[in-house]
Parts: sequence; structure tokens; C-alpha cells
Amino acid sequence: MLLDNYQTEDFFDEMFEADGKVRPHYEAVAEVFNDVSIDEFRNKQTAVDASFMRHGVTFTVYSDDQGTEKIFPFDCAPRVISAEEWDTIEAGLIQRITALNLFLHDLYHDQKILKDRTIPASYIFGAKHFRRECAGMDVAKGIYVHICGTDLIRDREGRYLVLEDNLRCPSGASYMLENRAALKRAFPDLFQSVKPLPVGAYSQDLLAALQYAAPDSYGGDDHPTVVLLTPGVFNSAYFEHAFLARQMGIPIVEGRDLVVRDSKVYMRTTAGLVRVDVIYRRIDDDFLDPSKFREDSLLGVPGLFNAARAGNVTLANAVGTGVADDKAVYCFVPKIIKYYLDQDPILPNVETYMASEDDHRSHILANLDKLVVKAANEAGGYGMLMGPWASKAEIEMFRKNIEADPRNFIAQDPISLSRHPTWVGEGFEGRHIDLRPYILYGEKVTVTPGGLTRVALRKGSLVVNSSQGGGSKDTWVLRHPNSKPAQQG
Amino acid sequence: MRSTQTIDLISTMPKTTQGPTFKEEFARSKQNNVMLSRVAGSLYWMSRYLERAENVARLLDVNLQLLLDFGELDDQSLKEHWGPILQAIGDEELFFQLYETADSESVTDFITFCPTNPNSLVCCLSNARENARQVRDQISGEMWTVLNDAYHFINNHDIRKVWDGDVGAFYDQIKQFSHLFQGITVSTFARNEGFEFIQFGKYMERADKTSRLLDVKYHILLPKVTDVGGAVDAAQWQAVLRSTSALEGYRRFYVADILAWKVAEFLIFQESFPRSIYFCVDQLRQFVQLISEDRAGESQSAGVRKFGKFASSLKFLTTDDVFKQGLHQFVTEVQEQLAEVASYMFETYMYSPPVDMVAEIRFHQQQEQQQQSPVQCVEVVN
Repeated sequence: MLLDNYQTEDFFDEMFEADGKVRPHYEAVAEVFNDVSIDEFRNKQTAVDASFMRHGVTFTVYSDDQGTEKIFPFDCAPRVISAEEWDTIEAGLIQRITALNLFLHDLYHDQKILKDRTIPASYIFGAKHFRRECAGMDVAKGIYVHICGTDLIRDREGRYLVLEDNLRCPSGASYMLENRAALKRAFPDLFQSVKPLPVGAYSQDLLAALQYAAPDSYGGDDHPTVVLLTPGVFNSAYFEHAFLARQMGIPIVEGRDLVVRDSKVYMRTTAGLVRVDVIYRRIDDDFLDPSKFREDSLLGVPGLFNAARAGNVTLANAVGTGVADDKAVYCFVPKIIKYYLDQDPILPNVETYMASEDDHRSHILANLDKLVVKAANEAGGYGMLMGPWASKAEIEMFRKNIEADPRNFIAQDPISLSRHPTWVGEGFEGRHIDLRPYILYGEKVTVTPGGLTRVALRKGSLVVNSSQGGGSKDTWVLRHPNSKPAQQG
Repeated sequence: MRSTQTIDLISTMPKTTQGPTFKEEFARSKQNNVMLSRVAGSLYWMSRYLERAENVARLLDVNLQLLLDFGELDDQSLKEHWGPILQAIGDEELFFQLYETADSESVTDFITFCPTNPNSLVCCLSNARENARQVRDQISGEMWTVLNDAYHFINNHDIRKVWDGDVGAFYDQIKQFSHLFQGITVSTFARNEGFEFIQFGKYMERADKTSRLLDVKYHILLPKVTDVGGAVDAAQWQAVLRSTSALEGYRRFYVADILAWKVAEFLIFQESFPRSIYFCVDQLRQFVQLISEDRAGESQSAGVRKFGKFASSLKFLTTDDVFKQGLHQFVTEVQEQLAEVASYMFETYMYSPPVDMVAEIRFHQQQEQQQQSPVQCVEVVN
């Protein structure tokens, strides 16, 4: 009933095949949804929204003095991924983070990949987030990227492609967990019949990865002191910081709570100064240590970088990982995988043109009205030109910017992201989605089965970022038919 | 957890650098349950603000009801009625900057909704919740939800309509948030240092409010010591008791008429009543003791001992002593002792002096220059 009038139109739809037949891995969901009336669904959606508000799963928009609290829109229709699809995704992500981690180690040590000229050195030294200060610096267990959130999309044929790697401070994992909890309350029946893999182990896995990352010099028992460093309550992701700290049972600290003496980090407690071993930092490199990076940062801790460099504290993620998620470096990731692992990439990149290459640039400039152009160092959907939908003025502005600084731009053919049935108030319509799974690098690499499915709620929009009208969905990974019985989570 | 050693913070600074000073020593014990000073402060204020909201709501509710017994009142009588209430909350001056006359409407607005009055219900609940948000990782989910509900309740667009619809129910709701929060705290929060700071904040606020209320009421109603025990309006004293939730307790204890001096006795000395000055001060003494025991040497410090002496002295005081000394003088002394121990606890445990960023940055940059050769960066030749 709910989905009777649903139109897939000319898109790859996650739930329906082109002829309107429900895909096999969505059958159980379709069955439950078909027993729900529009009014019932609306009530459930309203209840979920109210519950997010009540539990303070909100962010604050400071448009007036007081600030307005908003919830991140959540859509109750879950996105389902079959067990076979997930196997590929998981293998592809593990392969990718393993290679990128080796790449980072190489860049900050011998730079073999540059000496071999597999990647032109100019791309690395021109990257905004390459940190010369990290040269020759060793990180605990050789791990640079402890937490990674990789954005995947599906094209018109349904192939999974990597859109970008987020190797700095990827956010959103708390929504993956809260979304699951909310949907369990709203549709317990669905869980009875579908039994998706649980995501609840994320926090424990994260803590284990952080503890594993304790400095080699750490001489205590199995419980190094781990803290989460936040910019503070006014940060839009503060909810997530507090959420994760709470789930892990570790203190959440601000820069002012920490002090560095003798290249060691201490927190200021009621019982005096207590040594800190691992910092899950949710502050960008630039603001981390004003004695090293931006002096005007009031969020950071003077001396912190030096303490990390001395091997007395681990920063997760390490300083300098941003060079590997630079959009120009992105184009080389397939080569990076081949170079360090001697494997072909399991998850392909989106076809990308680099404005710094002469032949690519002339193609880009001639087709600005057909391409998506992105600034290499920006994230969050900013600094982006969506050619087919852009005004003449925007196109001309990007033309000037590209000609002035070609290194800073890449372009891609617009991918018609896959669509998913999404509640629009009076029923379901197709909306474009992507997928951000979370990868943790500890003793081994683990990918939490699921992730955050982001959905562009505006009709026709391809921008899924929460700062620009995006919402999210719970993401379900199905079990292999003969796998173990359901676990809690 | 690793063991820590003691290092003299100040001597690690180069002599030439005017570095920031830290009063902290390195922790000697308590590795498994450390609490940031900032967190202790937030828990304390979260608890204090919510307790304040409860007291203010009760005071306002009782006095609005009391007016109903009086029939028509002229402006002067209204002012006499509301003046002491404003004094008890401690904002008389601010009130008259914002409003011309003290009548039911203006006082209610000031104490309930006024965003520029830091002690209005709107501000108390927002502050309680904002402090909770700072320590979201430390309190239980249920505690947070109550504060969040309270915040959304009073910040609702239609809240004045709700108030108009049923004033009593409105203030009841505020009190219920506080009661619910206290119950949830007791049943979901570990009995650790954080709990001690929450309780310390609650009893500090309560002792403050009970003593203030007693002071202003006696001040207004009994200007002369000789009047003590004389005929006064029973409704007024009943209101004082109800404002501290003490009416039923009083009746059960004395099984007698409501007399001014007995009200004072009850609110000062009743050791089994949880809002009396004696009870609150004794609780404060215990929590000061518990908190300071966590830090070696602190339990014998001057601040702890002084408050301990004061708390014990209350035990041997009588109502006669208080009235001979003068109730106002007595309350003034209580207030001073409360303020002193509050500031002692704040400075010792909750306050972390702000880092002098400029000095810190310079200090670390100099230290690095002394220690290391310049960072080498391998650059390949293209």
C-alpha cells in the first residue's frame, strides 16, 4: 500500500528493479511496509523525530542570539545491502585503508613512491594538508589512520564507486548508532523478520583500536588513558563527541583541560595532573597545537605535537593524514593500491579529470556545463560546481579559478547517484543516496557492517551533506543465509 | 593505568620565560576514576541551578496562591507582599531596573520568563541543561533527558499559554522535573566524586534559599525582637512553611498552631527535615569531607576544618541563642560560612586557572628550539 505508487523513473533504485519488481534482498522490508498505512507511518516518523529532540540528538543553528536546535532529519525506510555486496565493499575498504596507511608512512619517511615517480612529487608538496613537520616521525604501530569514513556511491548500473576518502576527523558514526536505536523502537517487527547485522560493537571496537594505538613507550597495563579531545560544546558535532565518549566510558576533554610538560600530556583533574596516553582528537591539524600550527587557535594544546613526535602520546588520527584524502591525490589511489599491495582495486574510483594535466584541463574548461568540479582541499560539499545545474556566472567564476590554480581542481562526470524510497510527508518518492561505512584500524582492520546512508532530501538534489539539506537512513547489512544466529546490537 | 610521579611544574620552566603557573600537583592515586576540574564545576552548577529552579517555582506558586486569600490589595500592599520575595531571590535591584511596580504580573514575569534575569526559571533551566551538556559524557542518559525535557518545556513557543491555562500545574511541572532528576540521579548515578559534587551543589543552594527566606520574612514581619511569639498572620507563616515544603512536616512535628518562633526553630534546627538549615549544613559538611578525602592532605586543610567547626556549632545552638543574637545576624553568619566554603571548594577542586596561551606557546617553542635540530624534510628532485 505504502509503496503502490512509487516511481523508479530513470534511475538505479536500491529497492526496485527497473520493471518495478522488489529486489530480493528488500522483500522482507517490502512485506512489512505493505502492512503499514500512510497515517501509521507518519505517526512513527513523528515519534522518531520527537525522540531525537528529547534525547538531544541535535545540532544548533546560530541564526539568532539564542540559537535554534535542530535534529538531523532521519528517514525511517532502511537502506538494505545484501551479504554478497557487503563482502565486496568490506574487502575493498580494507584494501584501500591498508594501502593508504602504507602510503602515508612512505610519504613521511623514504618517499619511495615519489622517487619512483609513480606519483609526481609536486602533487604531494602542493597538497594543503601535507605536513613537513611529520617527516621522519614514527607513529605507534605504524598506524596513521585509526578511524576512516569512506564515501561510496552507486552509479546507473549499480556499481559501488569510491567518491572520497575521509582520513582526518570523519564524523557521523554516532548517527549510525542512534539511527539503529531509533528504528528498532519504531519498527521492531522489521528487525524480527530481517535480522540485519548489529552495529553496536562500533564503540567497543573504537576503544580497542585507540587502546591498541598507545605509544610504544607506554609501560602500564592494558588500560592506557584514552581521552576524546573536542573543540567544545559550540561545535556542531559536539553531540557526537559526547556520545562516543560516553559509549566508550572515556573522558571528553577540551584543549584547556590538557597541559604539556616535559613532552608529556596531562589532564587537569580534581585529584591533580593525570598522564594521558592516547587522544582521539576531533580537532583539525591546523588547530591542534598553536605552538606549532595556527597560533590563533584557542582550541588547541601548546606542545601537543611535540609530545606526539617524542612518542609520549598517540594522536588518532595522526597529524598529516589529510594529504591522502586530497582530491588530487585521490586520482592516484588505484596506483597507490597497486604500488604497495600489488593488487587491483576492488572498489573503483569515479572517473576523474585533473585540471593540472594539460589535456584534462582543456577537456574540463570546454565542458564546464556538463561536469562536476571540486576544489581539491575542500570537504563537506563546499567549493563545488555542479555544471549541469549551475548558472553562467558560477561557471565563469570556476573557469577563472581553475585557470589561476589548476592544481586545486578536479572534475568528474556527474554520477547519477542511486535512489531510495524516502518518506516525503505523504508517501514515498525516490531520493538520491550515498553510503559512508566506518573503518577502524587497530590490531586488525574492521569495517562496521552498515554505516551512515546519507540522503539528499530535496527533490532531484545530489548533495547529501547534512550542512546542505541532507538527512540520513539506517543501513542494514544482511547475513549470509547460513551464518550464526542473531546477536544483540 | 600507569603510576605517576611527582614533578615540580614550575621548575620545568626556563627562568627567562614568564610561564603560566599551575597550582596542581601530579595525581598520586585515583587513577581509575579521574574527574576533570571543569567537570566537577559543571556538575555542581547543573545541580545548583535545577535546585534553584525548584525553590523559585515553589516560592512563586505559594505566594500567588496566598494572594487569593487577601482579596483586593492596593499597590502598596502588593509591593509589601512581593518585596520580600524579590529580596529572597536576591534580585530586587535588577527588578526595578526592568519594571516600574512590583505586582503579581511583573514579579511573575520577572521570575518565570525574564531572559535578562539570571535567576529566572527560563535561565535556571537553560543553565542547568547547558552545564549538563558540558558533561554529557559523565551523567546518565536518563538524567540528561529530564534536563532536556525541562529546557524544551520552558522554551516552547506556547509556554505563556500553558502558564495562563493552569498556573499551578505549570509550577508543579517545574518542581517535578527537579524531583525526577534527583530520583534518577540517586538510582542511576555511581556514588563517585561526581555524585558528591552534585549533592554539594544541591544542598548549597537549598541552605542558601531557606536561610534567605527566613531572613526576609522575619525582617519584614517582625522588625522588633520583642514581637517574637506575638500574634501574626498565620497565613503568612503557613506560606513560609509551604515555600520550603515544610508545612506538613511542621504539623506532624509540633501538632500545634503555626507560631513564628516555632517556624524559625523548625527551619533552622529540625535535624530530620531535609530543607532545614541544620540538615543542609550537615550534608554539606559530609560532602566536603568526602570530596577532600580523595586528595591526600586536603581533609585537614583550614577550609575544611573551619566549615566542620561551624557545622558542629549549630548542633549546640538553641532558638533562644539565635533570637538573642538576632535572627538577622545569625542568618548573615550562615550566609558567610556558606559563601566561604563554596569558594574554598570552587578554588580547590572546580576551578582550573585559564591557560596563558601566549606564554605557553612561547614556552614550548623555546623548549623545542633548545632540544632539537631543525626538522628535516626529504624533498626529492623532480
